[in-house]
Amino acid sequence: MSEQFFIQGNEACARGAIEAGCRFFAGYPITPSTEIAEDMALFLPKKGGSFIQMEDEIAALGAVIGAVWGGQKGMTATSGPGFSLMQEHIGFAVMTETPLVIVNMQRGSPSTGQPTMASQSDMMQAKWGSHGDYEIIALSPSSVQECFDFTVEAFNLAEKYRVPVMVMSDEIVGHMREKITIPEEVEITYRQMPEEGPETFLPFKAPSDGTSPMPAFGDGYKMHITGLTHDEKGYPDASNPESHSKLVNRLCNKIRKHTDEITRIKEEFTEDAEIIVLSYGAPARSALTAVKNARKQEVKAGFIKLETVWPFPKKLIKDAVVNAQKVMVVEMNLGQIFYEVERVLPDKEVELLPKIGGEMHIPTEIMDKIKDMSH
Amino acid sequence: MRKDIRIAGFGGQGIILAGIVIGKAAALHDNLNAVQTQSYGPEARGGASKTEIVISDELIDYPKVQKPDIFVALSQAGLDAYLHDLKDGGILIIDPDMIKEEELLSFVKEHNTKLYKAPVTRTAVEKIGLKIVANIVMIGAITRMTKVISEEAARQAVAESVPPGTEKKNLEAFEAGAELAG
Amino acid sequence: MVKGESTFMKYLRRDRLPTIFCAGCGNGIVMNTFFNGMEMAEVDFDNLILVSGIGCSSRIPGYVACDSLHTTHGRPISFATGIKLANPEHDVAVFSGDGDAAAIGGNHLIHGARRNIDITVICINNSIYGMTGGQISPTSPKGSYGTTAPYGALERPFSLADLVTAAGGTYVARWTTAHPLQLSKAIKYGLQNKGFSFIEVISQCPTYYGRKNKLRSPIDMLNWMKETSINKRRADKMEEEELQGKIIVGEFQKKPEPEFAEKLCKLLEEQCVTGKPTAIRSAYQED
Repeated sequence: MSEQFFIQGNEACARGAIEAGCRFFAGYPITPSTEIAEDMALFLPKKGGSFIQMEDEIAALGAVIGAVWGGQKGMTATSGPGFSLMQEHIGFAVMTETPLVIVNMQRGSPSTGQPTMASQSDMMQAKWGSHGDYEIIALSPSSVQECFDFTVEAFNLAEKYRVPVMVMSDEIVGHMREKITIPEEVEITYRQMPEEGPETFLPFKAPSDGTSPMPAFGDGYKMHITGLTHDEKGYPDASNPESHSKLVNRLCNKIRKHTDEITRIKEEFTEDAEIIVLSYGAPARSALTAVKNARKQEVKAGFIKLETVWPFPKKLIKDAVVNAQKVMVVEMNLGQIFYEVERVLPDKEVELLPKIGGEMHIPTEIMDKIKDMSH
Repeated sequence: MRKDIRIAGFGGQGIILAGIVIGKAAALHDNLNAVQTQSYGPEARGGASKTEIVISDELIDYPKVQKPDIFVALSQAGLDAYLHDLKDGGILIIDPDMIKEEELLSFVKEHNTKLYKAPVTRTAVEKIGLKIVANIVMIGAITRMTKVISEEAARQAVAESVPPGTEKKNLEAFEAGAELAG
Repeated sequence: MVKGESTFMKYLRRDRLPTIFCAGCGNGIVMNTFFNGMEMAEVDFDNLILVSGIGCSSRIPGYVACDSLHTTHGRPISFATGIKLANPEHDVAVFSGDGDAAAIGGNHLIHGARRNIDITVICINNSIYGMTGGQISPTSPKGSYGTTAPYGALERPFSLADLVTAAGGTYVARWTTAHPLQLSKAIKYGLQNKGFSFIEVISQCPTYYGRKNKLRSPIDMLNWMKETSINKRRADKMEEEELQGKIIVGEFQKKPEPEFAEKLCKLLEEQCVTGKPTAIRSAYQED
């Protein structure tokens, strides 16, 4: 039997994680994501899972990575300042192909900024925050139901591609309460065990755009896992240019070459639209309201919501705006995803409607800009 | 039909729980859509507190309240901050023990406001003997005064939102609040 | 086994030898004493997981033929915490150095000790950053030289064994590479102790510490450690001035206390409703 609840986005993330099979959470208290840790502390023991509050966010992600190599599905949740601290271990997880989920309930930034107010100002950090060339996956929920659904999906994508997956939400969605339906069963992607035995298995042997099965520590495979550039055995091979190039290209290509399978956008009224409003996360809700109002006033406006933000859904966006000449990007920062949209739509007139301060765009602000751009 | 509700007061009045219960009643028991949001300062106790609930039979895109149809003010500061957002012809519910009523009268007249008085804390103390149930009294008052949710849904939501064992007292508080509608 | 070869060769990844360690480095002695202590403690090698951070000593797990995680600088204890909780049946040990454990990883060290999680930390303290070329560390003696202290170290050094004792470690010992037998026994106790064990090994870095501080050969350094060591039991009765320049060795703490993973497992047994009180290998589909 599916069940309905009236809960916060944060609580929905925690429930999504548990439904997806997460049995390990390590975290550190931070507003506005703390309810996720609190719910995991409450619910995980009921399922035999472990919760631990660590000494900082660096340690939290370290513990998650350790638990994942120990055979668990693991997650942590944080907000801007903690996300900054986690960057070191995000890079380690990428390099060691450790599947895990990080929820970032974004707040006003930089620095400690606005703990109880929302922003979308970590979107580029999600993509580029750790040093080096790499790819991750990031999803952006706009509703409490999506917090649940996207967290489940994040776990599945993490296992499929052996990559950290980020749920990039914000204070508004994290703290807002809505009705959600939790299905009786969700589709779960399990971690793959190698078919080969320990004698012949090479833990990092994979197709040039793929990844490999991943046994757990204690399974007898006696693996050496390192953040150094490594060969197919997992052994450090850090001074070999070819080894490095092969590894890092593969880590990027296993995501880049599968962008079409990973990415999703939501479209409304795009077919005949002359102007497209593109958004994601909380302000996508304001954008949709504005677009519906514009249609009532016979302005040919369309709406795109990015459900996947990274890898960037280039092809989907290009296809969706093929008939429109103008695109407005609505985001709660001073321009981040805007530059990506500009990059992928060189022939279109792309404008930004930024907003910072902690509150989401008001539909009339977007409506005014639609009218401005329509002239 | 979309209804925007705002409740403002100070921390400790149970305002946020009231918002949650109303949202829950609409979403889980009246089969409507509802979104509840809130804002608060860094203080754990005291300070300004506000919750907003949007209830609609359609999908709710924009989840915040700009121009409420219903405004419940439980503190003078809350009233002063948000009164002018209330829609013309909207419903204003105040706790007369907290708010200087005479200053309101010109606004009410000018904007064709339906004004209701709900002394929720006094009712909680005098009728139930428990100050802590003031927010449940408030839910009772809002439910009957505005009819934005059904009374049956509200009672169910109250019963499942309060600590086990306290359902009876809280439902009494709800009735006491409803009776304030006159 | 090749004739005349160490019996511990069976624990090594032969395809990774030789090691990157300098001639005369103390890491080899520590590896030997670790295997010795492990055998004395009757730890099942197949059940052992080694974790390390960054630095010369942190390269040790990469040469050992068990599951091993070579992590980020200073943070191996946080990873080891997750590994231990993922399956508390595993024996988890961390190899770290003075820069790794005491500088960048100081916070993780004290919190691991405070939690009393069942991890054995072997901290090879050579008072210098070897891998980056001879910079001073938080354990470099006052006045000692390094490339970042060309005029001598101004800061006071940490006493790591005292630090971890104060933070709540339940087995804490310090020995030097000139005390291989005592060290092996300490590692044995550390592995047997159900709780956070910390074994500080004062070790020689002839390449950097020795060269910068007029202790030219590894033999000079081992002799220096032998001569300046004094047992904790004796040291406890001596005045501060008498202990100047001495290395206090011995057991600093041996006090069993409830261990974290056990406490957590007990909580799970009480709270769990699924019939499997501790989730193990939850990422994989059950057969």
